[in-house]
Amino acid sequence: MLNLVANNSTVTEHEAVPDRITSGPRGAKPRRTLSRRNIVVYGTLIVVALYYLLPLYVMIMTSLKGMPEIRVGNIFAPPVEITFEPWVKAWAQACTGLNCDGLSRGFWNSVRITVPSTIISIAVASINGYALANWRFKGADLFFTILIVGAFIPYQVMIYPIVIVLREMGVYGTLTGLIIVHTIFGMPILTLLFRNYFAGLPEELFKAARVDGAGFWTIYFKIMLPMSLPIFVVAMILQVTGIWNDFLFGVVFTRPEYYPMTVQLNNIVNSVQGVKEYNVNMAATLLTGLVPLTIYFISGRLFVRGIAAGAVKG
Amino acid sequence: MTGQTRGSARPNQWLRNLNAKIASIPMILTAVVIFLGGTAWTVLYSFTNSKLLPRLSFVGLDQYERLWAAPRWLVSIENLAIYGLLSLIFSLVIGFVLAALMDQKIRFENTFRTIMLYPFALSFIVTGLVWQWLLNPQYGIQSIVRSLGWTSFNFDPLYNSDIVIYGILIAALWQGTGLVMCLMLAGLRGIDEDIWKAARVDGIPMWKTYVLVIIPMMRGVFITTLVIIASGIVKVYDLVVAQTSGGPGIASEVPAKYVYDYMFQAQNLGQGFAASTMMLVTVAIIIVPWAYLEFGGGRKRA
Amino acid sequence: MKLRSLAAALAATVVLPFGAANAVDLEVTHWWTSGGEAAAVAELAKAFDATGNKWVDGAIAGSGGTARPIMISRITGGDPMAATQFNHGRQAEELVQSGLMRDLTDVATRENWKEIVKPASLLESCTIEGKIYCAPVNIHSWQWLWLSNAAFKQAGVPVPKNWDEFVAAAPALEKAGIVPLAVGGQPWQAAGAFDVLMVAIAGKDTFEKVFAQKDEEVAAGPDIAKVFKAADDARGMAKGSNVQDWNQATNLVITGKAGGQIMGDWAQGEFQLAGQKAGVDYTCLPGLGVNEVISTGGDAFYFPLLEDEEKSKAQEQLASTLLKPETQVAFNLKKGSLPVRGDVDLAAANDCMKKGLDILAKGNVIKGTDQLLSADSQKQKEDLFSEFFANPSMTPEDAQKRFAEIIAAAD
Repeated sequence: MLNLVANNSTVTEHEAVPDRITSGPRGAKPRRTLSRRNIVVYGTLIVVALYYLLPLYVMIMTSLKGMPEIRVGNIFAPPVEITFEPWVKAWAQACTGLNCDGLSRGFWNSVRITVPSTIISIAVASINGYALANWRFKGADLFFTILIVGAFIPYQVMIYPIVIVLREMGVYGTLTGLIIVHTIFGMPILTLLFRNYFAGLPEELFKAARVDGAGFWTIYFKIMLPMSLPIFVVAMILQVTGIWNDFLFGVVFTRPEYYPMTVQLNNIVNSVQGVKEYNVNMAATLLTGLVPLTIYFISGRLFVRGIAAGAVKG
Repeated sequence: MTGQTRGSARPNQWLRNLNAKIASIPMILTAVVIFLGGTAWTVLYSFTNSKLLPRLSFVGLDQYERLWAAPRWLVSIENLAIYGLLSLIFSLVIGFVLAALMDQKIRFENTFRTIMLYPFALSFIVTGLVWQWLLNPQYGIQSIVRSLGWTSFNFDPLYNSDIVIYGILIAALWQGTGLVMCLMLAGLRGIDEDIWKAARVDGIPMWKTYVLVIIPMMRGVFITTLVIIASGIVKVYDLVVAQTSGGPGIASEVPAKYVYDYMFQAQNLGQGFAASTMMLVTVAIIIVPWAYLEFGGGRKRA
Repeated sequence: MKLRSLAAALAATVVLPFGAANAVDLEVTHWWTSGGEAAAVAELAKAFDATGNKWVDGAIAGSGGTARPIMISRITGGDPMAATQFNHGRQAEELVQSGLMRDLTDVATRENWKEIVKPASLLESCTIEGKIYCAPVNIHSWQWLWLSNAAFKQAGVPVPKNWDEFVAAAPALEKAGIVPLAVGGQPWQAAGAFDVLMVAIAGKDTFEKVFAQKDEEVAAGPDIAKVFKAADDARGMAKGSNVQDWNQATNLVITGKAGGQIMGDWAQGEFQLAGQKAGVDYTCLPGLGVNEVISTGGDAFYFPLLEDEEKSKAQEQLASTLLKPETQVAFNLKKGSLPVRGDVDLAAANDCMKKGLDILAKGNVIKGTDQLLSADSQKQKEDLFSEFFANPSMTPEDAQKRFAEIIAAAD
């Protein structure tokens, strides 16, 4: 590797290096047109994409069919008669006990839970990771090791101890309590994520900032944050998905007025008795998944921006 | 190595790094109160005969004796071993290869990434349901292939005790590899372009550059991914419930399901805690030495 | 805190009940979320709202594993709901013992529950140390064999009148490409079917010796060996069911793809929804047509101890409303279960329900296994029987040995 870096200077002279900020993804030298490599790359990606899309296709097709058609039909066949009723039902009519207003009931609660929980858990964990990577103090590694082992504890096992802790803190049944719980359970993986990412950034940068007299927070906000967009995106994907889809914590640690929409999803999908309405199940799932999906799509830009920002470090 | 933080021999060391210490308070509290405290609590109550509510009436090792005599627990462990190993290998390999492909300055990167990642957005319950359909011999993949003329085609993993765990694996990989790909991609994007240029100038083939240079540089990302995958494996539960309920019979049971079922369905907290203690001990035996090497002695840099 | 709530509870009993109370909101949690169930709950809510209070519905789908930790966390976390459904029997025992639940003895005495609740075992299951802690609302029985008339017609054999005839007809069904017995993959279905076989084949006395007295020797003895032999037959007949949920299995019977299913009376709702008629499209055999005995498990409401005096009063009103004759009729007709009091008129009941009422009137009842065994023993049984039904290499003898061990360890 040293050898490679040493060669570096000669490289820049040899080739016309495209401006890194606009160059987009890294990787091997871009090759033009329909090379054999391109066929392999795109071919593989398209085949893989089909594997990922097949279940989605089945879900969408099913969600557009009526129940009689589902009972007789082939799951891969497109609907003979397209109906949007399952979607309407999932969003606005499906019953949870006596409340028949579908997923819409819990939607804003889910937003109210997800936004602060995601922001706070990522903020806390990124600072943890930064402290662990760049400002190590005695004992930090011990706490961190405990945290990592904690990532392996099944959530359900922790329910009763956490009920006790929250009760003693006086936040049982409140939104604050739930945000704390999400921050706690997001912490191991997120801290690890940030710690390892920050540790991988060039140390010279950090040292230079120290020499300039920058402190803990200045370096975090001015240097680390702008260089870490891709990893923040990954953290956001993890948290938004996890918290948005969380059912257990949402119902165990809050009161009914804060129940997230997964409670309705669970009721729609999990109703043990009566006929299973597969079309409504699928529509409900897709509706619930829309928010994380939107985030994924939007975050794509940050991935690309992250590269541009990363150019600082050269 | 982080010399500026290593001055612990000097006076007033409590004030050194004060900001970092203050910033770490939430982490320390979580680690000590919740994870350490919660674990100690769980272990303590695993020696009791707590039923619906935790109660301190000790019964020694009874819960553990019963646990290791239960056929279902033994099947669960075996399943977890097979599932865990395969899932770890396939997730890492598939995730990395996809990320490497995505990093070839391809067009439609955003679209491809979203396609691979979207299963992660869907709840496990429905993932299980959809794959239950796809793998159902009567109207899923088997019937489609048969209707194409290959009538002897047999593919019914969910109804065959011997291979049911692979049926679950297929669904799990579908759900989780997108995230692994994303993590790897974020790691690849953190690698200096100059490295690639240098490798090209030296005429090193691309695959060799990946194996010998890039992967070692992505150590941190790999470790993160490993922990995410592994903790997911240990906790695997919903997917099994949704796809097979642990069936046929007890053929696809997993330890986490044993823990939950005994805690909440059987209302035998003691038994559930004993099972989760065994899971934790196993995890700790593997992780603590590794974590000590990895995070303990001086910091490693790529 | 406990003292205060105790005082409140005492005060509530001193104050004249059912005085002109203000409208009080009571949150009631339950896991009745399917169409029929929700309609039944609506009847309860309507009846309660008529008392001037308000039923705030807190439904959570998925019993056992999903709903119960939520209910228990809420109660132990100090933020309890006003009332909650449990299967009566032993599920709430410990909450009661920890003093978290409300004593309903006063309401029960005033309204004479001891006289009106039939069979008496229902109230016994609510009674802990002489005090009554829950209000039973319905009876569900497990002991039914549901048969598809169309399937037997297709196979060219008459519809069986009992279990033995059914076993004898199995080869004919198989020949016609019909799965003789539908059993879903969920563990509780296999365990429940075994219990039903036990009452039918070994009889009421043996059933009680095994499950009530936990007699290990009987469990390992020849009578139960016969039951395991029958379970072995059932296992062979169930091969190829390939479904998970119980209602998917019922659907196989409805569509004539399976000959029959052993399932509780809740299966009836499925036949009704499919527009099928008892006696014409399907046949029901209580006690498998061998031994007409039904079990009397069911649902009950429990009331956590609350500090709020008004709410405590409203809790009593709710408890009393649940057992009113009109509520009982309206609720149970929708739910497909039997009422807990013998003095109500169920003229609208269908044939199968009437058969059940007859047996109930004759007193041919047993306690349900949920009432007799702890949830822990039930779970162990489920593990055993789901394995037994799915794994043909497990011999009936081995299974019986493990069964006897579970009974020996049961408390």
